[in-house]
Amino acid sequence: MNDADDIVKEFLVESYENLDRLDRDLITLEKNPKDSDILASIFRTIHTIKGTSGFLGFGKLGAVAHIGESLLGRLRDGTLVLDGEITTALLAMVDAIRQMLASIEAQGSEGERDDSALISTLTRLQHDPEAARTEAAKSEAAKIELAKIELAKVELAKIELAKIELSKTEAAAGEGGAEAAAPPANIGAILMERTGVTPAEIQRAAALQKEGDPRHLGEILVEQGAVKAADVVEALRVQRVQRTARVSTAAASDSTIRVDVGLLDKVMNLVGELVLARNQVLLFANRLKDASFLAASQRLNLITTELQAAVMKTRMQPIGNIWGQFPRTVRDVALGCGKEVRIEMEGKETELDKTIIEAIKDPLTHLVRNSVDHGIELPADRVLAGKDRVGRLTLRAFHEGGQVNIEISDDGAGLSVDRIRKKAVERALITAEQAARITEREIFNLIFLPGFSTAQKITNVSGRGVGMDVVKTNVEKIGGTVDLQSVLGRGTTVRVKIPLTLAIIPALVVTCGGDRYAIPQVSLLELVRLAPEQAKSGIEMVQGAPVHRLRGRLLPLVYLSRVLDLCDAEWNPQEGRPVNIVVLQAEGRAFGLVVDEINDTEEIVVKPLGKQLKGVNTFAGATIMGDGKVALILDALGLAQKANVVSERHDRTVAEKELSAAEKDAGNRQTLLLFQAGDHGRMAIPLALVARLEEFSRNKVERAGQRKVVQYRGQIMPLIEVAEAVGESASAATDANSRLQVLVYAERGHSVGLVVERILDIVEEDVVLDRMAERAGILGSAVVQQRVTDMLDVQGVVRAADPESFAVAAE
Amino acid sequence: MAQSEQFCTFFLDGHFFGVPVQQVQEVIRYQEMTRVPLVPQAVRGLINLRGQIVTAIDLRRRLGMSERPADKLPMNVVVRTDDGALSLLVDEIGDVIEAEQKTFEEPPDTLKGMRREMIQGVHKLNDRLMHVLDIEKACRIMEAPESAVAVR
Repeated sequence: MNDADDIVKEFLVESYENLDRLDRDLITLEKNPKDSDILASIFRTIHTIKGTSGFLGFGKLGAVAHIGESLLGRLRDGTLVLDGEITTALLAMVDAIRQMLASIEAQGSEGERDDSALISTLTRLQHDPEAARTEAAKSEAAKIELAKIELAKVELAKIELAKIELSKTEAAAGEGGAEAAAPPANIGAILMERTGVTPAEIQRAAALQKEGDPRHLGEILVEQGAVKAADVVEALRVQRVQRTARVSTAAASDSTIRVDVGLLDKVMNLVGELVLARNQVLLFANRLKDASFLAASQRLNLITTELQAAVMKTRMQPIGNIWGQFPRTVRDVALGCGKEVRIEMEGKETELDKTIIEAIKDPLTHLVRNSVDHGIELPADRVLAGKDRVGRLTLRAFHEGGQVNIEISDDGAGLSVDRIRKKAVERALITAEQAARITEREIFNLIFLPGFSTAQKITNVSGRGVGMDVVKTNVEKIGGTVDLQSVLGRGTTVRVKIPLTLAIIPALVVTCGGDRYAIPQVSLLELVRLAPEQAKSGIEMVQGAPVHRLRGRLLPLVYLSRVLDLCDAEWNPQEGRPVNIVVLQAEGRAFGLVVDEINDTEEIVVKPLGKQLKGVNTFAGATIMGDGKVALILDALGLAQKANVVSERHDRTVAEKELSAAEKDAGNRQTLLLFQAGDHGRMAIPLALVARLEEFSRNKVERAGQRKVVQYRGQIMPLIEVAEAVGESASAATDANSRLQVLVYAERGHSVGLVVERILDIVEEDVVLDRMAERAGILGSAVVQQRVTDMLDVQGVVRAADPESFAVAAE
Repeated sequence: MAQSEQFCTFFLDGHFFGVPVQQVQEVIRYQEMTRVPLVPQAVRGLINLRGQIVTAIDLRRRLGMSERPADKLPMNVVVRTDDGALSLLVDEIGDVIEAEQKTFEEPPDTLKGMRREMIQGVHKLNDRLMHVLDIEKACRIMEAPESAVAVR
């Protein structure tokens, strides 16, 4: 690539970025036409494009930018006021520029295009203020125009003034050089904008200056009584802020560099390989039992983990990057269908992997368009319904449990359950019988079915559904889920959950039929182990379909060995072996996957499968384990489909329906982990506070100072005996071979292990805390499963035992 | 100079086969494989080729030949395809030989079925015939399920 190409490439990259910002800026400006900072920024961007395209010989591009710049110039001078029509024209100009850039990128020229219509519109808006303004304003415009010419003459003098003022207040270096580029608004303009001073007065002052008056413009104006001294000082401050802003922007660009994404991908792949090599080394280190080798490999472990995190970070981008264009999208769609919509964004800074950002861009755009097009009602209808005539569209993004949640909610008409039900039956997507039974949430999810979207008349009637199946497919392709909730007349919320990154994921490793399989932690709900004696009673049959009663609900069971055709033998409950159930979630439905063994969780590097195996949707990919062997990654949804868990849409139990109804109004309903600690009776903590459950052999417990610790995931984790913490004696069982049951509690990167005697159960209950029993380590007691249970004060216990690590976190 | 091409040769159930040497990435000894359930039998499993996951296709099964004796471990001929590397499991590796274009002939009409599809033709060498394998077709397993069934 030669130099000229490089320059063009740089120009393209910069311009694309600037154009994206331009879209946003224009929309902001339309709402607040007086914002001179934004206007100046827009003007500068177009000015730069015009200048560079002229230099590079792109005439058409230059012409469009030039006419746009002139129009913006009038806006900046205040001769024109931005209105809807001008905004539309300017946005059209941005589009035209973008198309030309794309064409330059593809073919090296602006292409054959006719921009005369756009140019004439822009020209008309510029020269025919009639179109946008009243007659009175027009005559004033002429006056201001005159003043403007005079103002230009005194530009130099004002810059001098500003310079002196600046050097008085701060030793700002290099100011003179900055003047050459687009200057910040001059002092006269600032004064005109902020005070009542007329152009004529400024003109007079400037004329005096020109005749040899040595005083500054501001001084003259104050003397003449046109402005107050305080105003001049204020105007100078504004000017200085504008300048500093420009200087700091320059500094920010100095500390960043552009890196080719391909290179980042390569680095990412290499780190992936390093993670695998690290796993292998760790395996050796544990086997060799050489202390110094172990220490070295632990160090390697830590460095690799940090490196991995740092490399991941380089690929992270704030979601605001794609949200930035939504105000424009919303404006265009709303204008097209005569609606008024306000867009609100929360959590713009939420970061996601670049590949994911790219993958969700289209689905999100689609959802946003849908909300405006179909969700939000016409202003008149909204007023009738007693709502604000301006619809509200809220975008919210936040991290939760290693995933990113994105919510798109509108306060529109909502979805009619009955109408969807009726249409789904008409389209033969479900039978009438099914329609009568399925829950509200399942009905909403029907609109994600492919068949639902194709029929135009359905979308006209029911409101939504254009290409929702595509949205769902695309989100699921990257391991995400889509969920829709709606209240008729109140609005609709679509919740998209996506993983932070695709390349390296935590996964549970299981064994089945002698092979290992990895299950992404995202789809994992919990693990259930039935002891040999429970195996028979724990698994019941519903017409030949095995189920397990999990906290009162029937959990359909799927045997991995049978789904994968690993053995033809019928499952035999009398085997006398424990049954391991991995509770997975697919499409919001839980099912239990029965595997031979549950091994451990591991960070795995997802590698794609070859084309020959792509058709098997039971597998999401493959990974290389610590010992260098390949393991397949199971896809929860694919498994569920293969085992007919999802597609059957079999009815939920009445109990479950009642439960879910109860869930809605029961605010205190919590999932609790019940356990026994020492001789103390039953205790409980909210499951949400438990990061993991672990088992350690007693001889793994080491001492660090006064504290008991274990090595856990490359870190030293202190252990707290819950029994001791609540003032009971620890259990007498100190058999060195017995296993320690540990609840891992994590807060801001610090983990602490709570040693308990026995884990009893996980239950979902309404918790009414009775503070009577409150004491050290106990929050109070509650009735859980008809028995009095003490609620452990996890934070209190942890802080009492380890005040240092958690002291900061407490704030 | 007559048109000639180099072939990497191997044996399958006593038959002599060759694939163009340009398409061969490397030849490696037997690697431990991870079986892949739910796919045609011809896919023997996945191997870890220096951090890259490569699908191994058993050519005996693919071509509908008898099973390899259990005590004989196959060799991997790793070939480059449009879809990345792929390993072909063969009995034994032969020499790299040069064959002239004029010795090539289409397979006889009497050869039928999928073997005909996957064999481009034969080179009449001095002492024997070398079958030229069509790698693209041999690798297209999921798209041709009927032949996969036949293999079973």
